[in-house]
Amino acid sequence: MRTMTTTVMTGNEAAATAAKLARVQVVAAYPITPQSPVVETISAWVESGELPAEFVAVESEHSALSVCIGASTVGARAFTATSANGLAYMTEQVWWAAGARLPIVMCIANRAMAAPWNVLNDQQDSMSVRDAGWVQLYCRDNSEILDTTVQAFRIAEECDLPVMVCYDGFLLSHTMMPVDVPDAATVDAFLPPRPAPLQVVDPADPRNVGPVVMAAPRADADGEPHGGYFEIRADHQRALLAAAEAVERANADWAAATGRDWGGLTWDYRLDDADIVLVAAGSLATQLTVAADELRDARIAAGVLGIRCYRPFPADEIAARLAGRALAIVFDKAMSYGYEGPIAGDIKTALFGREEAPRVHGVVCGLGGRDVPVSELVDAVRRAMATPTAGAPAAPSAAIDAASTEWLGLAEKSVS
Amino acid sequence: MTRITDLPDTGHVLPGNRACAGCPLGIALRRITAALDGRMVLVNPASCLTVLGGMYPISSLAIPWVNCAFPSTAATASGIAAGLRATGRADEMTVVAMAGDGGTADIGIQALSGAAERNEDFIYICYDNEAYMNTGTQRSGSTPHGARTTTTWSGKRENPKDVLAIVEAHDVGYVASASAVFPEDLHDKIVAANGRAGLRYVHMNLPCPSGWGFDPKDSVRYGRLAVDAGLVALYEVADGVFRLTGRSAALAKSGLKASVAEYMAGQSRFRGVSEETIAEVQEWVDDRWSGLVARHEAGV
Ligand SMILES: Cc1ncc(C[n+]2csc(CCOP(=O)(O)OP(=O)(O)O)c2C)c(N)n1
Ligand code: SF4
Ligand SMILES: [Mg+2]
Repeated sequence: MRTMTTTVMTGNEAAATAAKLARVQVVAAYPITPQSPVVETISAWVESGELPAEFVAVESEHSALSVCIGASTVGARAFTATSANGLAYMTEQVWWAAGARLPIVMCIANRAMAAPWNVLNDQQDSMSVRDAGWVQLYCRDNSEILDTTVQAFRIAEECDLPVMVCYDGFLLSHTMMPVDVPDAATVDAFLPPRPAPLQVVDPADPRNVGPVVMAAPRADADGEPHGGYFEIRADHQRALLAAAEAVERANADWAAATGRDWGGLTWDYRLDDADIVLVAAGSLATQLTVAADELRDARIAAGVLGIRCYRPFPADEIAARLAGRALAIVFDKAMSYGYEGPIAGDIKTALFGREEAPRVHGVVCGLGGRDVPVSELVDAVRRAMATPTAGAPAAPSAAIDAASTEWLGLAEKSVS
Repeated sequence: MTRITDLPDTGHVLPGNRACAGCPLGIALRRITAALDGRMVLVNPASCLTVLGGMYPISSLAIPWVNCAFPSTAATASGIAAGLRATGRADEMTVVAMAGDGGTADIGIQALSGAAERNEDFIYICYDNEAYMNTGTQRSGSTPHGARTTTTWSGKRENPKDVLAIVEAHDVGYVASASAVFPEDLHDKIVAANGRAGLRYVHMNLPCPSGWGFDPKDSVRYGRLAVDAGLVALYEVADGVFRLTGRSAALAKSGLKASVAEYMAGQSRFRGVSEETIAEVQEWVDDRWSGLVARHEAGV
């Protein structure tokens, strides 16, 4: 009989528990706040024998992901986790893992980037590597962290792509919540051992993995043509686009097995008849549901569109959900400095040229763990509603940057 | 010591590669792959070795080869070793990391130090051509005092770092110095390294006609001169037991057979080097050499 146990745990414990349930074979990680408890927990399980895996206590994040790359190359299921500067430090390998098409799963306890130092939450770290070719999933609570991390291994191994599972530092990583922990049989049925149809490292069938590749196609010794760098990159793009379906399927199969449906690529709240749509990724979107309730109480037809899968970007699904609405307000916990919030920019691109597209107003908030009270979210919505030009093309630049992004709760004196 | 006529040839190095004419990297690879009978996976960062390997979809070596990011050699090798253990394949092959001096002494030293401290189970071979050759002969931490590179136009002012001593200080079971042009000695050291577990480090001198500025036919000559002058000493430290090997063991008895000035003459990287620098390097070599001979005699 399959059982589910409800346990109260932090987001980090949920991530570690998922890695254990996924029967990871090699884990390498380096401590950084707020991710450290993931490493500590897994190393304790490996030491006690509770998790029969290799734990490599590396000397840096660059090496953490390098170890995962090596292990994954020879067919092992590999896992790591990091935050902020740790992710930035391993950026070279973030690209390598994706380009080498390795199904590594990495949890990111989202944290602000230095300088100046700040260990609290925003999403600048993972947003800064959105272009590297990983699948990126954002979680809204600890149960979703556990479920999504298990799903991530299946998505990764189905698509030959690495998957980043992002959850907000402290807000989720260190907050205790009840989490439904599935039993091993449920997870084993959902996630079979890593398939290894092609063993690329085999002395009996030697191959050179990841060598220099010319831009153009080139023939092998038998005259058979093979794609060049350009074709390899196009394959990568195709795989990432196709991963959207794998994300949806993993969610649907998991829902069938456990009864928990996290919505696949996006999720929504009171959206059906909403004129005003509040958009965000992660726990901020959960907070937006509270703001939507308040607005509804005040007879404002607000709803929430939560982004669960940010890469591949579900542009069609988002455009369909937003069609016919008056206004979308996108709350970003990151900036593409010199332009605007990354999600806001992507949504504008997704809507470009579509019929019935709403205006899109960008709001950046919560950087460096700056408190985002529901009241401020509600005020931001009211302000945007009262400003007919908010989110309109060529809105006058009342705010501090070119794309008219509003900085929520910014103090008058912003330069110290 | 294995005699040259007894060295195996296993054919893992295929005819033709993209290294420069006269590059002894091919000699070394033939010895390394044969000593391991091809039961190996080569882990290789950006370097001349990458170029030698060829361009997709053609490879110049018939052994599994995993390319890795420049700073990541020892960490990627750690991951491959862990992955092979975790999937029950550790006995199928030896993990051999092979990087240049830049990839070892400079950008890769953090990962190497971490792997050495953890005593990871692989052989790490640094082939030392004494500069960043692949990117156009810039200085590395292993470039000798006096050598001109494209970032030390008037000759490098510092002595090279002693990476062997650095790795030895991590208390690993086996470190050895070798030279690509002493194939019997190299063969024996790879076999010795392969017979043990944990991190094994081999630092291999690699004369480089293109970067050092000598005729491609003279690679073996300069590799031998380096040993005869004591700039390169062939030795191994196995479980704390130190011994000079091969030609260097003979030189410990006879005394060095060449001077720094003789070694430098004819290499364009040392063109115009001052008498003062030559004397300084000679003093540095004499000092180092007598220290190594003393260790050889003491056996530790
Ligand atoms: C992070 C990073 N920085 C710089 C480079 C450029 N790079 C490639 S190979 C190389 C020099 C390699 O020197 P060495 O390790 O001594 O090997 P050699 O080319 O001499 O064989 C450099 C600087 C790189 N590939 N990655
Ligand atoms: S530059 Fe030197 S080490 Fe590199 S391939 Fe040419 S000869 Fe060999
Ligand atoms: Mg070099």
